[in-house]
Amino acid sequence: MKILVCVKRVPDPETVIKLTPEGASIVTDNVKWVINPFDEIAIEEALRIKEKAAGTEVVLLSIGQKTAQEQLRTGLAMGADRAILVLTDQVVEPLAVARVIEKLVGTEKPELILMGKQAIDDDSNCAGQMVAELLGWPQATFASKVVLGGDQKGAQVTREVDGGLETLAIPLPAVVTADLRLNEPRYASLPGIMKARKKELKEIPLAELGVDVAPRTRIVKLETPPKRTGGRKVGSVQELVQVLHDEAKVI
Amino acid sequence: MNAGQVDYYAIDELLSEDERITQASVRSFIEREALPVIEGCHAREEFPRDLIRRMAALGVFGANLQGYGCAGLSNVAYGLMMMELEAGDSGLRSMGSVQGSLAMYAIWRWGSEEQKRRWLPEMAAGRAIGCFGLTEPDHGSDPGGMETRARRDGAAWILNGTKRWITNGSIADVSVVWAKDGETIRGFLVERGTPGFSAHDIKGKFSLRASITSELVLEDVRVPAANLLPGAEGLGGPFSCLNQARYGIAWGALGAARTCYLTALRYAQDRRQFDRPIAGYQLVQQKLVHMVTEITKGQLLAWRLGRLKDANTMRPEQVSLAKRANVAAALDIARLARDILGANGIVNEYPVIRHMMNLETVITYEGTHDMHTLILGRDITGLDAIR
Repeated sequence: MKILVCVKRVPDPETVIKLTPEGASIVTDNVKWVINPFDEIAIEEALRIKEKAAGTEVVLLSIGQKTAQEQLRTGLAMGADRAILVLTDQVVEPLAVARVIEKLVGTEKPELILMGKQAIDDDSNCAGQMVAELLGWPQATFASKVVLGGDQKGAQVTREVDGGLETLAIPLPAVVTADLRLNEPRYASLPGIMKARKKELKEIPLAELGVDVAPRTRIVKLETPPKRTGGRKVGSVQELVQVLHDEAKVI
Repeated sequence: MNAGQVDYYAIDELLSEDERITQASVRSFIEREALPVIEGCHAREEFPRDLIRRMAALGVFGANLQGYGCAGLSNVAYGLMMMELEAGDSGLRSMGSVQGSLAMYAIWRWGSEEQKRRWLPEMAAGRAIGCFGLTEPDHGSDPGGMETRARRDGAAWILNGTKRWITNGSIADVSVVWAKDGETIRGFLVERGTPGFSAHDIKGKFSLRASITSELVLEDVRVPAANLLPGAEGLGGPFSCLNQARYGIAWGALGAARTCYLTALRYAQDRRQFDRPIAGYQLVQQKLVHMVTEITKGQLLAWRLGRLKDANTMRPEQVSLAKRANVAAALDIARLARDILGANGIVNEYPVIRHMMNLETVITYEGTHDMHTLILGRDITGLDAIR
């Protein structure tokens, strides 16, 4: 079978984010970029399926600037077979991402699309769902466990929902989005990094796909969270209750 | 600036894609696999054997060698790997140096095809451990004065002598032992369990406690002629290996320095005295600025040295300069970090004192700081001050 894994280049979660003076974007100089951590989990899951089911091909897909090659190359070093980079300098919103994926599914014809439940930069959490809708495929989001049927015609996906677990049975082809506890991704081994240099990484200019990627939204303003201030001590339970009621207004 | 990184001069931009991927991969390996256990290993004077297997799976051993199951990285990628290992602990980098740059390199460079096929894939996979026996109890900086002797006996060689300060000596499956045949230094592969060969660990170390250091004793050890490294004759044999290891140390020391600097920086920003963070005081800032300057200079030295090595134009004296400068800077940074941490600098709640003690070894082994000074002095003046 063929698995398409979608990969986004995002700032390292350890990076200290600074806003540009106009306040609608972040300063990207000196930022370290990584694979979106949930996408890395999706790659790992695809590789585990490949290890169990001989003949599985894992294809990575990213949309963005040429620099995203590094994230695709990292995925290839982990063990994916080949990669596609849809080149564009413009901002692609989730719907545009979903349409690009839909288009490439037409030529790649994967049986399974694996992607992170959300990207840690814009936290939109909707590209996976939109892909499923556009393709008319079943979706299982926030997966914490994926068990592929022996006939590769369907899968059982366990989802983490409020207060417990939900297990869905879905026919393939389908879209599955990965949650944090699905697996722990492997490291790209050093021989794997050298092998990845020779794997195919195909670039397609976005314009060639003929997909409507016009943005529907505009970022008006970004704000950093308020600086944490020190706590304060109260003298008695009575005073605590009063402060919670009068100042914090939580009771 | 990213948390956990020091890249004041955007040196990242000088690296290739696979060099950056290598660094990122080894770095997350160390953060997730090594940091949670290394302080305990150091405290218990224990070698993290389990970690070694996982380092092998990552492809660390002999990573810049070509063929025989080795990764075949560029020398800059290899250097970055050493830096990330030593950001964890000098003992882990030592393991990488001894296995890859000393034992494996000796076989790769000077061994027969049969020796290479037998040992290198096993050593790359971490199934066989190697050590390198050059230094003796009475011959450190002057290895040419070694007393270990090799004597031809029919189709075999008989080895006699003692080697000391040998990393991984007691766990090695194969020891590369250097001995004099008459006045010529030759290399031999001595397998574990060979009669007359024994290894004893040196205990009571205050430094490199997560690494095994041994004494090798050879009493009429008979090794077959096939265990002689056919390519090596004279001091050039062991020196070529030391050059590889010193190259890795020039990078590695920067990892230890980075950990110490970042620990001190965070500590100084959090620690308040006289109602404000100590990072706001001039004396502390001066120390922090010195640290980041020295790290940045060291990074540029190591990067350039790596590019020369990749171009096959690196001279041994250039390795001496980088090993000497970067290790001295790292030790200085570790001591300053220890100082900034005050009393907290002496406990293992922070990694600084461990790195500081480790670096006392690193400045001594693989050519002491002073010996590298004399190598460089001879090179620039044409006058030999060593003898």
